[in-house]
Amino acid sequence: MQQPAPHQPKAERTQLPAMRADFVNPFITSTVNVIGTMASIQPRPGKPCIKHDLRNYADVTGIIGLLGDGVEGTMAISFAETCILRVVSNMLGEEITDLNHEIEDAVGELTNMISGGARAELETKGHSFRMAIPSVITRRGHSIAVITRFPVVQIPFETDYGPFYVEACLHQSPT
Amino acid sequence: MLDPNAKILVVDDFSTMRRIIKNALKSLNYTNIDEADDGTSALQKLRVERFDLVVCDWNMPGMSGIELLRTMRADPTMKAIPFLMVTAEAKRENIIEAIQAGVTNYIVKPFTPTTFGEKLTAMFGNTKAA
Repeated sequence: MQQPAPHQPKAERTQLPAMRADFVNPFITSTVNVIGTMASIQPRPGKPCIKHDLRNYADVTGIIGLLGDGVEGTMAISFAETCILRVVSNMLGEEITDLNHEIEDAVGELTNMISGGARAELETKGHSFRMAIPSVITRRGHSIAVITRFPVVQIPFETDYGPFYVEACLHQSPT
Repeated sequence: MLDPNAKILVVDDFSTMRRIIKNALKSLNYTNIDEADDGTSALQKLRVERFDLVVCDWNMPGMSGIELLRTMRADPTMKAIPFLMVTAEAKRENIIEAIQAGVTNYIVKPFTPTTFGEKLTAMFGNTKAA
């Protein structure tokens, strides 16, 4: 069976219910702020949607837990190789040409910063989250199976150097 | 003004951020820079060397930045060292906690080199080393 090409959403998408915009917008705002400030690249956010294919095809992915008072979930950011090489090169002020440890480290820090900015905005809406340590997966065309019965929101971003995606899954904690 | 030969300790578990901070310091002509990847290794350096400034992340495995700050402020040999917290934690309660622990200044990631320089100026006056 032919594998889907990396970065191409495989499954049909569903429009995001308007009621979830309060949870999604902080991730969009924080992502644009972090990539714009640290890498001088202005990402163009696309329309958020509910992800039906819970696998994830990318070259580098940063993942971080979101654990709060009554709410929990995860956030992931997945980059195409061309995109993350340019982002990290701009961040460090030197050309990075391989998916190496420097890329993994930088994606961890980007995940941390984007999560921190989104959590700060969510706090103003009454949702408080604790700090967490991110994890990073690096392999060309990798897939990550997300095991959850809750909706995963995918936000696509375009840059002049290729795409990336931010995915967030937030739900009420089990009581 | 911070002495041009000031010895600065940069503490962050991500080498990317340590490099970004070092680049920002070097752009201000501060080159006497050492680094550590968590609070524990930073404390080991602080106990044997004299530093003029600590630039530190909050959220790190092992000893966190806030734990390092509290340890330093409780130690007479380190309590006066200026401490700049550089962190992705932008929540008000985090900033208040850091102030109560004795932080000298606080910068929220993401930041530009200009913002970083402005924070140093707020701490020490004109920071451009000769």
